Amino acid sequence: MTQAEGTFNRLANPTRFMGLASTILPWLTGLTAILLVAGLYLAFFVAPEDYQQGHTVKIMFIHVPFAWLAMMGYSVIAIASIGSLIWRHPMADVAAKTAAPIGACFTLLALITGSLWGKPMWGTYWVWDARLTSVLLLFFLYLGLMALWQAIEEPSRAGRAAAILAIVGSVNIPIIKFSVDWWNTLHQPASVVKLDGPAIHSSILIPLLIMAAAFTCLFFVLHLMAMRTEVLRRRVQALRLTHVDAAGATQGARA
Amino acid sequence: MSAFMSLIARDLRLAWREGGAISTALGFYLVVVAILPLGLGPDLNLLARIAPGILWVALLLAALLSVDRIFHNDHEDGTLEIIALGPLPLELVAAAKATAHWISIGIPLTLAAPILALLLNLPAEAFWVLVLTMATGTPAISFLGALGAALTLGLGRGGLLLALLILPLYTPVLIFGVAAMNAVITGPSPFLSSYLILCAITLATVVLAPIAAAAALRLNLN
Repeated sequence: MTQAEGTFNRLANPTRFMGLASTILPWLTGLTAILLVAGLYLAFFVAPEDYQQGHTVKIMFIHVPFAWLAMMGYSVIAIASIGSLIWRHPMADVAAKTAAPIGACFTLLALITGSLWGKPMWGTYWVWDARLTSVLLLFFLYLGLMALWQAIEEPSRAGRAAAILAIVGSVNIPIIKFSVDWWNTLHQPASVVKLDGPAIHSSILIPLLIMAAAFTCLFFVLHLMAMRTEVLRRRVQALRLTHVDAAGATQGARA
Repeated sequence: MSAFMSLIARDLRLAWREGGAISTALGFYLVVVAILPLGLGPDLNLLARIAPGILWVALLLAALLSVDRIFHNDHEDGTLEIIALGPLPLELVAAAKATAHWISIGIPLTLAAPILALLLNLPAEAFWVLVLTMATGTPAISFLGALGAALTLGLGRGGLLLALLILPLYTPVLIFGVAAMNAVITGPSPFLSSYLILCAITLATVVLAPIAAAAALRLNLN
C-alpha cells in the first residue's frame, strides 16, 4: 500500500477526519481572513479603475472567483461521487453532500454579481449569452442534486443515487456547454463585451488572483465545517435511533 | 436477445392494452401546443418563426410526463425484482424498457408533431425535418428519462423531482433538434452538422444511460 492510499484509507474513519479537520480549520480560517483582507484592500484601493468601465470593474474581483468556484464545487462533488461509488468511502459521501449547497450558493452569487455587472455594462440584467446560460444550467444541476438528496430518506442510498446523478452530470456538462455555445452563435452573433478581450494588466490580475485564492480557501473552510457538522448530525441521528430502539425494547419487555 | 425482445414486447403490450399513457401524452402535447399561441398572440408569422421551439419544448414536457411510469408499475408490484433475478443484465433491462417507452410514446408524439405544426403555420419544407429530427432525438429523451425514473424510483413526489433532474440534461437534444430545423427554415447554417451532432448525442445516450440507470436500479432494489 502506498503512502497516499494509506492516508486515503485512514481518512475513511470519521473520527480521524474530525481530528484532522479541527487541526486544519483554524489555520485555514486565518489564511482565508488574511487573503480576503489583502485581496479586498488591493481590489478597492490599489487596483486602477478601468477607463471604460469605471467603478463597476470592481465587481469583477468577486464575480470571477465566484464563477470559478461554481465550477470547482461541481468538480469536488464529481470526484467525491466517484470515491463514494467505487470505494464506498464514507467521507466521500459526506464531502459530496456538503459541497452541493456551497457550490450552489457560489453559482447563484456568480449569476447575481454577473447580472448586477451586466446592467451598467450591457444595459440589461440578463443576456442569453452562452456563458451565462451554461452557468444557469449548472445551477439547475446543483438544485437537482440537492433535491435528490432531500427526497431519499436513507442517507447511504441518497448518497449513492446522488453520486450516480453527479457523475452523469459531469459527463453532460461539457456537452451542455458545447451545445449552448453552438446555440448562441447561431442565434445572436457575439454582441457581448468579452472579458478576455484585452489582456488583463497585472495591476488588476494580481488582486484578482489573490481574491480567487481567498475565496477558494473560504470554500474549503466552509466545506470542512459543513462536513464536520454532517458527521456530527449523523452521529446524533444514530444515537437517537439507539435510544428509540432501547426505549422500544424496555416497553416491549414491560408489556 | 430473446429475453430482451420479449421484455420489449411485454412492455408494448401493456402500454397498448392500458392505453392511458399514450393518449394522455398525446392530449398533453396537443393542449400545450394549443395554449401557447393564446399567450403569444395569433400572429402567424411569429408562430411560424418559433414553431420549432414550441413543438420541441412541448414534446419534452409530454415525454417527461410519461417517463416516470417506465419502472413505476413494475417496481410497485414486484415484477421488477423478478426481472432483475432473471437472465437479462439490468443494463439491458433498462435499455429494453427505455426502448419500449420510445416506441410507445416517442414515436406517437413524433407522428403527432406534423399535425400540430399545421396549427403553428410551420413552413411546408420543414415538415420532413420536424419528423426526422424528432425521430432521432426522442430515443435520447426516453433513455435519459429511464435514468431519471430509475433514480427517483419509489419516491413519493417522483414526478416533480424527475423534471428538475432530467430537464437540464435534455438541453443538448433540444438545442440541436431546433437548430437542425431552423437551418432548413431560415438557413444559413448547414442542416447536416446540427443533425449529425443530434445523432451523436442520441447514440451516446443510448449506450451510456442504461449503465447509469442500471446502477440506480440496483441501488433501489436492494
